[in-house]
Amino acid sequence: MVKKQEIIKAESKEFNFHYADGTHALKDINIPLYEKRITALIGPSGCGKSTFLRSFNRMHDLYPGNKYAGEIILYPDNTNILDKKVDPIEVRMRISMVFQKPNPFPKSIYENVAYGLRVRGENNKRLLDDKVEEALKGASLWNEVKDRLQDLAYNLSGGQQQRLCIARALATDPEIMLFDEPTSALDPIATVNIEELMSELKKKLTILIVTHNMQQAARISDYTAYMYLGKMIEFDETDIIFTNPSKKETEDYITGKFG
Amino acid sequence: MAIGDQNIKDLNAIRKLIKQHKKNDSIFAGVGLFVIATLAVALLVLFLDLVIDGYPKMNLDFFSNFPSRKAEGAGILSAWVGSSLVLIVTFFVAVPMGVAAGIYLEEYAKKGWFADLIEINVANLAGVPSIIYGLLALGLFVYEFGLGQSILTAGLTLSLLMLPIVIVSTREAIRAIPVHIREAAYAVGATKWQVTLHHVLQYAMGGVLTGIIIGMARAIGETAPVITIGALTFIAFLPPSPVTDVVPFINFAWLDAGFTVLPIQMFNWISRPEHAFHINAAATGAVIIILTLLMNGIAIKLRYNIRKKIKW
Repeated sequence: MVKKQEIIKAESKEFNFHYADGTHALKDINIPLYEKRITALIGPSGCGKSTFLRSFNRMHDLYPGNKYAGEIILYPDNTNILDKKVDPIEVRMRISMVFQKPNPFPKSIYENVAYGLRVRGENNKRLLDDKVEEALKGASLWNEVKDRLQDLAYNLSGGQQQRLCIARALATDPEIMLFDEPTSALDPIATVNIEELMSELKKKLTILIVTHNMQQAARISDYTAYMYLGKMIEFDETDIIFTNPSKKETEDYITGKFG
Repeated sequence: MAIGDQNIKDLNAIRKLIKQHKKNDSIFAGVGLFVIATLAVALLVLFLDLVIDGYPKMNLDFFSNFPSRKAEGAGILSAWVGSSLVLIVTFFVAVPMGVAAGIYLEEYAKKGWFADLIEINVANLAGVPSIIYGLLALGLFVYEFGLGQSILTAGLTLSLLMLPIVIVSTREAIRAIPVHIREAAYAVGATKWQVTLHHVLQYAMGGVLTGIIIGMARAIGETAPVITIGALTFIAFLPPSPVTDVVPFINFAWLDAGFTVLPIQMFNWISRPEHAFHINAAATGAVIIILTLLMNGIAIKLRYNIRKKIKW
């Protein structure tokens, strides 16, 4: 199904997830993430796409009782990031995340971006300055904030805050970036900015995005997975999913007959 | 035509309804205002009464004189010094323990029946009558540990009283931090301790400080537990100074000294038959109320300043 020569960056194999209350949220998910490509997860609310995304940086470990089964392998080092022996903090240092609602810390713009480096023990002022600038440029926010890096982050607009969160996730040079419906709280112009930014970011890293917005998936992603009731129904190149899906359920969802 | 009539009729009904609802609004506002005004007036009358009664004593001599057999020359020097030193001990014991306990219970403790049990008990401790703490302290600190009827004992006793307030307010402040801020910190690779130190503690600081100051304000007015552990009622000397002129410049002999505190001094003067002593008592009462209001005012100001900087 993948014609082009692609490198696999990460892959979920027979991945299952149970919430603490016993809900079997994800069933036997097999999805590859190709390097420097955007993979979109679509599907109706409650289908498990956010749950799947949050497994990639072990966010579920923060709440007791959640259980993973199966594997999510990170290449090229073949690390199963779900392995009990792999520290979730190590995983989060390699895979960063941008959330649905912009969630900057109630600190300065500078400290928000620098925080990921600070927890890695980096205190060299000049290096931090350079990294903060680089990350803010990468998130195309630098020109808007370069004169007020010490301002509190919540003085920024919603779209700027989300780009600040992208800069924060970018500052630590992640291998994969996770986006959990990053534009659902933003206006259309801010949404376009973020989408353009993601297309720019994929030149350097691998992106997994959950979106409610099918047009968004069609616009920016290279691969799309359609999920329903905790199962992966279909995974393919985005063009194929949206023009010629092989499964009836996918077609019904894409064409708006369902969902 | 019929349709038009129908609309006008409906409109009148709606207007009537709105009027009724607005009347309910103003009734509630009126009741609320009345209750608040009653409380404010009661406090004001109480305070003014003390100030007027104690006015003749409201001068610097009152603060710099020891208590005396003669009411005219008597002051509250040993009482306010005693209160201050006891509060210092209380602060340094209750704050680190209370904040640490609050953080542990909220962030680290496994949720379960045991945590629930501790939670219920801590909440209940805040409501236990203070004389019970006095009895506990008498048995534990004075007799069991042999700490005597000292400033240290009083400070520890009052810190028992203050602990639940600090713990509860710390936990509430921590709970008010939104999940998405925590997750943001974890997502960049922070450890639990880093999240606690860099985020939780900083964002909770407004609530924690408020709890500390309200706890201190409660401790400053407590009489029963301090009497129970055997504070002196008449004392004409000061404890050894905490600051000295020889290395290492601080000493802890004061911890072991006998003492009295403001409310006990006031209680002592009230029980005297001569009217002149009642003036002293009123003045002391006014001082206690001013201190309490001042501390609560600081708490409100601090919380306001910190909240202004933190939004999510």
